[in-house]
Amino acid sequence: MKHPFPFSAIVGQDEMKLAMILTAIDPSIGGVLAFGDRGTGKSTAVRALAALLPPIDMVAGCPVNSASPDDVPDWAGLDRREMVEAPTPVVDLPLGATEDRVTGALDIERALTLGEKAFEPGLLARANRGYLYVDEVNLLEDHIVDLLLDVAQSGENVVEREGLSIRHPARFVLVGSGNPEEGELRPQLLDRFGLSVEVTSPRDVETRVEVIRRRDAYERDHNAFMLRWQAENAAIRDRIVTGRKALAGLEAGDKVLTDVARICLALGADGLRGELTLLKAARAYAAWRDDTAITRTHIRDVVPMALRHRLRRDPLDEAGSGTRVARVVDEVFG
Amino acid sequence: MADPAPPFARAALALDLLAVDPGLGGLRLVARAGPVRAALTARIGPGARRLHPALDDDALFGGLDLSATLASGHRVDSAGLLAEPAVLVLPMAERTPPGLAARLGACLDAGRGHLLIALDETAGDGEGLPAALSERLAFDIDLSEVPLRDATLPPPADIAAAKLRLAATDLPDTLPRQIAELTLAFGIDSPRAALFALRAARALASLRGGEIGPDEVETAAALTLAHRATQMPEPDPPPDDDAAAQQPPPPPSDSDNAGQDSGALPRELLVEAIAALLPPDLLEGGARADRRATGTGAGAMNKGNRRGRPLPSRPGRPGSGARIDLVATLRAAAPWQTIRAKTAHRPGLQIRGSDIRLRRYQHRSDRLIVFTVDASGSSALARLAEAKGAVEHLLARAYTRRDHVCLVAFRGTGAEVLLPPTRSLVQTKRRLAALPGGGATPLAAGLQSAAHEIDQARRKGMQPMLCLLTDGRANIALDGTADRARAAGDATRIARTLAGTEALVIDCGTRPTPALRDLAAACAGRYMALPRADAGRLSRAVSDALG
Repeated sequence: MKHPFPFSAIVGQDEMKLAMILTAIDPSIGGVLAFGDRGTGKSTAVRALAALLPPIDMVAGCPVNSASPDDVPDWAGLDRREMVEAPTPVVDLPLGATEDRVTGALDIERALTLGEKAFEPGLLARANRGYLYVDEVNLLEDHIVDLLLDVAQSGENVVEREGLSIRHPARFVLVGSGNPEEGELRPQLLDRFGLSVEVTSPRDVETRVEVIRRRDAYERDHNAFMLRWQAENAAIRDRIVTGRKALAGLEAGDKVLTDVARICLALGADGLRGELTLLKAARAYAAWRDDTAITRTHIRDVVPMALRHRLRRDPLDEAGSGTRVARVVDEVFG
Repeated sequence: MADPAPPFARAALALDLLAVDPGLGGLRLVARAGPVRAALTARIGPGARRLHPALDDDALFGGLDLSATLASGHRVDSAGLLAEPAVLVLPMAERTPPGLAARLGACLDAGRGHLLIALDETAGDGEGLPAALSERLAFDIDLSEVPLRDATLPPPADIAAAKLRLAATDLPDTLPRQIAELTLAFGIDSPRAALFALRAARALASLRGGEIGPDEVETAAALTLAHRATQMPEPDPPPDDDAAAQQPPPPPSDSDNAGQDSGALPRELLVEAIAALLPPDLLEGGARADRRATGTGAGAMNKGNRRGRPLPSRPGRPGSGARIDLVATLRAAAPWQTIRAKTAHRPGLQIRGSDIRLRRYQHRSDRLIVFTVDASGSSALARLAEAKGAVEHLLARAYTRRDHVCLVAFRGTGAEVLLPPTRSLVQTKRRLAALPGGGATPLAAGLQSAAHEIDQARRKGMQPMLCLLTDGRANIALDGTADRARAAGDATRIARTLAGTEALVIDCGTRPTPALRDLAAACAGRYMALPRADAGRLSRAVSDALG
């Protein structure tokens, strides 16, 4: 099995990488949406992130990755409850996955051959405490989207079907990627993503040459390449761990709160989720940079990714919403 | 520069290169089933696995073999088609749904040595292999114009020896830069293209048993880049020009100088080699249309196995998506229990594969009809009343059809959404009665509001339809100025953005207006002249068009 392309070796795409790191520092920010051209490393970044994340402690063999033996659901039927260290789960939700696969369902095999009523957990169970990655999220079928919305909101998956009545925790960071040319995302789902980044192909020769060289090295001399980037990956992981600890110490003063509220008002972002996400993202960013207080600089840097997808859209407006956000921030901050 | 190799020879070469380096992903072959295609696919070899666009997950990844499991009483798994690295042949590739494309794409990305030969039998417009997949295939060759007499395979190459040489073949230092500049010049965004070009050059060199020389680079670049081009490179971008700003800076001179010693080619020659293979309509069409092509059949499914109103269950094989109706399955198995118990060697319930019943559901995606009504003075108050009547007629029917209705009116200098999408009859009647008339005809503004509603509806998963009632004399441009020419231009421009939506343009002027027929053509909708429309006829016409 080949290791995924190292996160630190991804050329450019700084905004996308930053957004992913911020959600790793504070998972409650609520996921990343990466929209952009094909072949720009969206999937690569998500898979690379998995290798980068600090491991979690979980009960061995628990279908919902429980953090303590008391949390293991009864239906799991686990006898021995030992703790193990496991990598943070990153679960792929493929297009066209059935409802049964996503939520879990009656285990048909056991029902028919053994006559037992058993629950077969789905992708949502496996993604608990980790990441759920949806490639081509804009092509996801509506009823699956509804399901995701419900679970992402409540943090709990409720299965009521075929005589089963089961609920289990499903708290995950939703990461979506897609190509906007192929379809839009429903606003409700858009709103569930904490951060949104626009990914474009690099336009200058130097960057492209570097992309080609690194990818070629990765494929040709896999082990040497992984070794070469190991240290840098470890450095990012350490910064994430330090950042997580620093989060609690970062108070948001009145001034910061006022700034956040003023920006959201000026942009006319729907709902209050924008304010909360902006604040959390600014805090995580300050933690990432190892700063001791949240300042306007932090807010300014994360505003585009926190609010870009929450604006009302004008169908004929060709300029990206990113520029609109930047303009308003300049006005508010003077 | 010599003429490029004929398509058939290129396709055969592509197959050889794929055999040497499976990292190239695969080949999209545009060709109908026939002797030419068969002559080429003979080269693929006996180990290939044939897929089809309606494959489910169990077939791809393996799953429970239900009939064997039931017969034996313990779990039997079947191996999936993707379990082992293999050459996958996908006929009728143009019908690949996005879900399958995503799975195959992920399988190719995993780099386990799978190869995909997509046999695309596209007939043109809007069809084709989903972009998510064609992007991951290095080669794209059109065999549809190749006569049978040209379909002769070159002698087979020594693939095994070439594979051994592959790892030892070094890349010239300047090559990555050269390829990067080329992709920029041809407007190819995806870095995958450049990587494919490099790999193809290396595979070609090892196939020929030498180093990567100018000829290998040229052939590889032409094979992997030509079909992705979205623009012609500027021959000599003049400085201080708009075009120059978008174009990459001219290649640094060192790459040209270094070209002589390390086997690299001057950029001009490479450009020429690729340009020889470009599709002829590139310059007229701009970006390639099939960048937008998506798999078909995503929204039209009415009978399904996932949600909606339950239908009686049917016998069938459980595949991905199908849910087993346990009660019906048991009911089907019940009468046979006595007989089966005599022959079975195990106790308990005896169920056979033929007993399995699957659930079925029927659902219809909600439809939204956006009525865009001309309330201008020229449209006359009487006609407005007819339009109001038609909307009421249709809304009454919408109760049975579960259609939503939305009403946009335009007059004076702008448009107004009188009624956001609703099914409420009472509310609609009230708003309709209050609709005033008179003033100029800002057709473009009306269409823009309608487009907004349509966009919103589509995002909510509805199936929108535009119904435009007007007499067509657009005289107010989008910015509010009274300029007939610009008004008509704006209207057509917005109508074009609506192409792809079901649309019906009803001309209710006293005599048919050619401009409206053009407008209907611009949004690929239907045009209908109803000079003496009354509410009943209008409603009939619309409901006929709705089907």
